[in-house]
Amino acid sequence: MAEDSKEDSVASNVDSDQQTPDGSLNNSVLADGSCLLRRMEICVAEAEKRSGKNAVSMQETFTVYLVETRPIDATAEGRSPPPDSLWRRYSEFELLRNYLIIAYPYIVVPPLPEKRAEFVWHKLSADNMDPDFVERRRIGLENFLFRVASHPVLSNDEILYHFLTKEHGWKEMVYETGFQAKADSRLRALSATFRVRSPHKRLVEMKHYSDGLQSHTAQLLRARTRVADRLYAVYKVHGNYGRVFSEWSAIEKEMGDGLQSAGHHMDAYATSIDDILEEEEHYADQLKEYLFYAEALRAVCRKHELSQFELEMASLDLISKKQQREELATGVCHTNINLKQYAMLPKACK
Amino acid sequence: MSVGAPRGLASSGQKLITEMLHPLSAAEEPPSPGPDVTVSAEEKEKVKQEPGLTNGVPEEASSPASASVLVNRLQLDEDPEADAQDPYGSAEPCDLFVTVDDPKKHVSTMETYITYRVSTKTSRIEFDLPDYSVRRRYQDFDWLRIKLEDSQPTHLIPPLPEKFVMKGVVDRFSEEFVETRMKALDKFLKRVADHPVLSFNPHLNAFLTAKDLNKRQGLALLTKVGESVKHVAGGYKLRARPAEFCAMGEYLDTFSQKLGTIDRIAQRILREQSEYLTELREYGAVYSSWAGSEEQLQRPLEGVAGCVTTSCGALEDLSDNMSQDFLPVLREYVLYIESMKNVLRKRDQVQAEYEGRLEAAVLRKQEDRTPIPVEVEKCQDKVECFNADLKADWERWQRNKRQDFKQLLTGMADKNINYYEKCQAAWESLITLLQEKQTEDKTSETELN
Repeated sequence: MAEDSKEDSVASNVDSDQQTPDGSLNNSVLADGSCLLRRMEICVAEAEKRSGKNAVSMQETFTVYLVETRPIDATAEGRSPPPDSLWRRYSEFELLRNYLIIAYPYIVVPPLPEKRAEFVWHKLSADNMDPDFVERRRIGLENFLFRVASHPVLSNDEILYHFLTKEHGWKEMVYETGFQAKADSRLRALSATFRVRSPHKRLVEMKHYSDGLQSHTAQLLRARTRVADRLYAVYKVHGNYGRVFSEWSAIEKEMGDGLQSAGHHMDAYATSIDDILEEEEHYADQLKEYLFYAEALRAVCRKHELSQFELEMASLDLISKKQQREELATGVCHTNINLKQYAMLPKACK
Repeated sequence: MSVGAPRGLASSGQKLITEMLHPLSAAEEPPSPGPDVTVSAEEKEKVKQEPGLTNGVPEEASSPASASVLVNRLQLDEDPEADAQDPYGSAEPCDLFVTVDDPKKHVSTMETYITYRVSTKTSRIEFDLPDYSVRRRYQDFDWLRIKLEDSQPTHLIPPLPEKFVMKGVVDRFSEEFVETRMKALDKFLKRVADHPVLSFNPHLNAFLTAKDLNKRQGLALLTKVGESVKHVAGGYKLRARPAEFCAMGEYLDTFSQKLGTIDRIAQRILREQSEYLTELREYGAVYSSWAGSEEQLQRPLEGVAGCVTTSCGALEDLSDNMSQDFLPVLREYVLYIESMKNVLRKRDQVQAEYEGRLEAAVLRKQEDRTPIPVEVEKCQDKVECFNADLKADWERWQRNKRQDFKQLLTGMADKNINYYEKCQAAWESLITLLQEKQTEDKTSETELN
């Protein structure tokens, strides 16, 4: 697979000051757990609201999440030092992930929890500041870090490490890698249409599978939303019983207490649905995680396709250039064939 | 019709109504109901022990811990208390059992209609045989009710299910409709058979026993009775309705209103449940279709789809029960309330007549010292008897209402519990399936490694 030297430098630019006892850091793909999560406890402990001025100097409110880390051997030795911590916004998580996607195009990078609330059943708040939403996002961000930090390759990334430990100046560090420019060019390339001549069988299967998974999870999420809406209505209508039983109990002697009590139970029943559906959101979140995972998988397949296409184009180019050189050397011109070769050079291939 | 001199006035609660000869009753009427025809709460308990012949609503077969069984146990404890207040006193076994079942469709050139089998088991001497089985159609029940109303105007006659159904909207021959109607007719007859006065009505006897119910055959004696009360109407205005009857009227109005609201809520719930069911089915289908494109996950996903399907089935049962057992009872009580209100109105008329006549008689007495005519005293008797009958009927109606609604509401609770239990069982078995799968996967993983 085509990897240019810049990517290589990032991938293997592991900190020399991060020598573990077993010194296995330089070996990227090891199944025996050289990942970050083995060496370090990570968690996203809390969320807080902040206010500040944004890029265009407008006042905005946003949420920050507390990322706590603590080396595992510290607790192993019997000490329990307080964890190091820093605050990160969702946009910084996004930045980290975008960087990882560019830096490791061949890896299915774990997804983040959704940026905006989607598949929302009507009563559920689509407000990003809603406490339930923030709580679920906190869990999602934590899962993201767990997954990244337990990946044999991703977990050794320097930018990741600094994300977890370096509160200030991290953003600048990321931009300095120059991944942004690469991101833009990649984006353009990916959006163009092209077809690979000899598709890789396994990758075609993966692409097909990821399409199916995306489609099924999306369908499921939509269906679940509709079910939640209807179920909510059923429960809430029962709440009307509460009032009428209460009114009825007022005109009864012997039955009064029983009816009153029945009314209260109906009210309790009607309110119980809020918690039930909120809990179900966690299930929906996990479905969404795999919806996004499917998207990530699809993206990797696509990048592979692009690389293969570029390889094919470069091979053709090489062949034609060799022919050209031969012609110049021998003075023989194979016009027809040459023209055909030139015609196949795609404009997008740069 | 011979009516002796007015007896001691019947005031409720002091003298058992059953011990007095009803001033309005014909001499030829079957012997007045003695103490052996009382229906106390204890009888009801005994009656419950004979399934299929109970004059109460049949008890649902539910789990031992279900609400209705608990309630019934509680009821048995309550009964001794109720007896003390029971104006019908002694606990004698109920000796008239009626059942309505076995609907059959009859097709003739003129019309198509349904008949029901009416079975009677009795030890009463008013009946020639201990067992009867006849077939009756709705028209016959309607006839009976009209006859009862005419001949026993001071009593509350239980309601019949709705007579008219909009053709094209409701299928009169659908299983559900026939079943619902039959249950209501059964309840109607049982209530009549339970009533200490109505159950001795000769029209009921004819209804239960005659091979051919010749509806034109009036029992002339009793119609006269009816007429004397019917001819009360008109011209008289009620002065002072006793407070207790005012209270009854107000209660009935509010109660009717509340039942109407409950009916509307229940219908709304049914609609929402139906929409929920539709979405739930589609939801289950997505799991199935996803399972088709997975290997390892196929069984778990199919398992989830299966759970959802089970939940759908359980929900359908719940909704069906609500529309077939819950709503009809509510509607029937609204009709019952209307009947009761009618009786109250008739009572008002009787009282108004009395007051009117009394006033006229008093004025004449003042003018020319004419003594108060016997008719006026007869009217007073009528009023007192009517009041007594009404109060007695009111008490039993209230008791029956409490029992009916306790059963209805606990039944609703039971069905809901049932529904959730079914769903829970399905999901729990899925968890077992998933856990088994998990251990399967783990062992195969370790084997591979």
